[in-house]
Amino acid sequence: MNSIYQALAKRQGLVQILLLAAAAVFPLLVSNPYVIRLSILSGIFIILSLSLNLLTGFSGQISLGHIAFYGIGAYTAAILSKNFGLNFLLCMVAAIVVTALFGLLLGLPALKLGGYYLAIVTLGFSEIVRLVEINWMELTNGPLGINGIPKPALFGIKLSSPRAYYYMCLLLVVLTIVVIRNILESRIGYALGTIRGDENAAKFMGVNIFRYKIMAFMVSAGIAGLAGAFFAQYVTFIDPTSFASDQSTLVLIMVIFGGIGSLPGSVIGAVVLTLVPELLRSLMEYRMLIYGVVLVFMMLVRPEGLLGKINFKHIRQRCTAEPPDGKEGS
Amino acid sequence: MFFQQVVNGLTIGSMYALVAIGYTMVFGVLKLVNFSHGSVFMVGAYLTLELSLALGGNFFLAAAMSLVLTGMLGVVIDRAALRRLRVKKADRITALISTLGVGTILDNAVMIGFGSETKAFPNVLQLGRFTIGTTVISWVQVIILALALVLMAIMSVIVYRTQMGCAMRATSQNADAARLMGINVNQVIAFTFFIGSLLASIAGTMYGMYYEAIDPLMGSVISMKTFACVVLGGVGVLPGAMLGGLLIGVVEAVGASYISSGYRDAIAFAILILVLVLRPQGILGKKVADKL
Amino acid sequence: MVLQTKEVVQQFGGLTAVNRVSMQIEDGQIVGLIGPNGAGKTTFFNVITGVNTPTAGSVHFMGEEITGIPAHEIVARGIARTFQNIRLFKNMTAQENVIAGMHTESQANLIDAIFRTKRHRTETLACEQKADELLELVGLYAYRYELATRLPYGHQRRLEIARALASSPKLLLLDEPAAGMNEQETADLLEFIRRLRGMGYTILLIEHDMKLVMSICENIYVLDHGELIAQGAPEEIQSNPRVIEAYLGKEG
Repeated sequence: MNSIYQALAKRQGLVQILLLAAAAVFPLLVSNPYVIRLSILSGIFIILSLSLNLLTGFSGQISLGHIAFYGIGAYTAAILSKNFGLNFLLCMVAAIVVTALFGLLLGLPALKLGGYYLAIVTLGFSEIVRLVEINWMELTNGPLGINGIPKPALFGIKLSSPRAYYYMCLLLVVLTIVVIRNILESRIGYALGTIRGDENAAKFMGVNIFRYKIMAFMVSAGIAGLAGAFFAQYVTFIDPTSFASDQSTLVLIMVIFGGIGSLPGSVIGAVVLTLVPELLRSLMEYRMLIYGVVLVFMMLVRPEGLLGKINFKHIRQRCTAEPPDGKEGS
Repeated sequence: MFFQQVVNGLTIGSMYALVAIGYTMVFGVLKLVNFSHGSVFMVGAYLTLELSLALGGNFFLAAAMSLVLTGMLGVVIDRAALRRLRVKKADRITALISTLGVGTILDNAVMIGFGSETKAFPNVLQLGRFTIGTTVISWVQVIILALALVLMAIMSVIVYRTQMGCAMRATSQNADAARLMGINVNQVIAFTFFIGSLLASIAGTMYGMYYEAIDPLMGSVISMKTFACVVLGGVGVLPGAMLGGLLIGVVEAVGASYISSGYRDAIAFAILILVLVLRPQGILGKKVADKL
Repeated sequence: MVLQTKEVVQQFGGLTAVNRVSMQIEDGQIVGLIGPNGAGKTTFFNVITGVNTPTAGSVHFMGEEITGIPAHEIVARGIARTFQNIRLFKNMTAQENVIAGMHTESQANLIDAIFRTKRHRTETLACEQKADELLELVGLYAYRYELATRLPYGHQRRLEIARALASSPKLLLLDEPAAGMNEQETADLLEFIRRLRGMGYTILLIEHDMKLVMSICENIYVLDHGELIAQGAPEEIQSNPRVIEAYLGKEG
């Protein structure tokens, strides 16, 4: 297994290009709309789990309410495009800004709260958001939801074929990966890593903990909001059931299943856990039961998740550098 | 009107408190939020109902069997889904996901076994109601409240006065040291799960009697609520769970009638967030300073 | 003068952990802070580094008052520290730990990071280079890609010092740097601390190893029950009856 990881780590650039190429030609080879739809759904969950991983995995802030940002983004885009006829790109930008502001709001208690106390606040936040979605009829049309959300169009050209959506989604996924990776590889990533590792030691690295926690919340929320905006314009109908708290736990499960603090892990976790229930669809009511069993089994066998302890950067560094002299070599 | 809501809130709150006790005890000894606990509560209610149907309406025997079986279910959950993770010293969030998985299994197993529709629950205690002023109180409410208070008293005695309770508190402070002192930590944890699940079963039965209906998803709502109760009172503190349960029960009953019933659940969470911002360790929780 | 504390008092509830402690550290000095367990040494460190705001008194660093300033800003001004119990970042390699300590040395913001601007790229390269130099200095260069937690104990202590040096501090606070080290490791540490002074660092250290303190520090402060009971050169301290009674007396 180790040699596989080493081989992958050494050829990281090549692997990335191949994967991207495969994703790009995929809809040209497969025309089944159901498969395309599943792929787009997987893409949305990839964005969500990557953004949650930034917050929970890389910054150590457990969130049980991530789906709230997704919902806020979706409603922002839906309302702006339907009621105000805003262009879909502007809707997406607006969704990012609005959710990032809510991220700021939720990040404020994180200054004082950690661990489970913060977790319950995030859960409470998402419940409050959901109840507002249900009860504020004038804004959200309550449990009936908002339908007829305009489909995206650019310069008068409608981008509403399954393929167009697929490529839009792919673009957003790649964008998310690049943005999060760039953040993590910068000094901001290091600062977040110190907060995750040991908040009290982080201060003495000169890290302004409050500032970086807020930043993590805002970026994470903004990206989830973007996913929500895309979702709203893709399905053209949204209602509060898509943003219930079980969806938050679903995204958290994807992150941990793939490996906390691993970007490739989040991608794999999101794809696998989106597809597994679909593949089990023929089993009818047994499918969620099996899902639960798989989850428990996975945690028992591999508690750190699929790629939780596999850091490709470290593996690559160790391959290329000369091994340390003496006994401690590995 | 106000007192009516307080009484209703206390009734609901005492059920929250019973579930919250199990939550907080497990947190105390394992430092783990057990997300399957709400589902255990639901299973307890279903076992009472189905056993009483199977036994030809002998409700009290059914309830008694349910609490023992549910207690054992708790032990099995620990043994099957959590002990191995302790041995591996896995991240706590891993154990949390594992309990989420257990919750999913339980919810769906009940749905498959007993159907996903809401079921009528017999209220065998048709004792009627009485009024004080304008406040209407049913005897079921009185019994629920009294039973909950008695159980809380018993729990306090177990935790603070018995040898097992002492072992539980020792394990919760430092499991490794407790092991070195000759405490069988796994046994303590199993006991904790047994008691916690047993209380959840009682609360589940009470819930069924009070609302006269149960459904397989009632656990997930309760799970979230009682988690809030536990944190509000102070995680891992027994009286905190009781106080948090009663407080949230009352606040949401009163809030729902004066503000808006649609925001009933939001009120509880809003209060929780406010309290935590002002007092991050919860009402009765202790502040733990990190030594440098 | 690098550091000056005036009548610093730190109370926790009814407990006075540090009582009117005044200290002066000159440029380039190695100063020792000793005292029995529970004397308030680490609490005093915490006051200097901004963990706690003192109940009374003031702390001046390089002529400016820093009393009550948050910890992360004090680091930026040039005070770095290590910890009694090693606190390295577990998921990071040795090199990454040191780079994490360079937070105040770079300026790149979120926009720089996302778009990989020139500023971000130059800083990143400079940080890596400086981290490797520091690892070389503490003799851990060969282990730079190893996870910090996989290093042997003595190496971890040295890595913590390298990480503290990463912020280019003027004043270095070492909290029991020799704790848990064997004789050889302690001797190496002594040599290393002397080298640091040669490089222009000013050092304040808490230490229980008397041999190390006496042979390296030019000025020693002794705390007992939060009070400063003696201060002076090693020879004076060794012969001070109050110190012998409070501290050394117990050992021999």
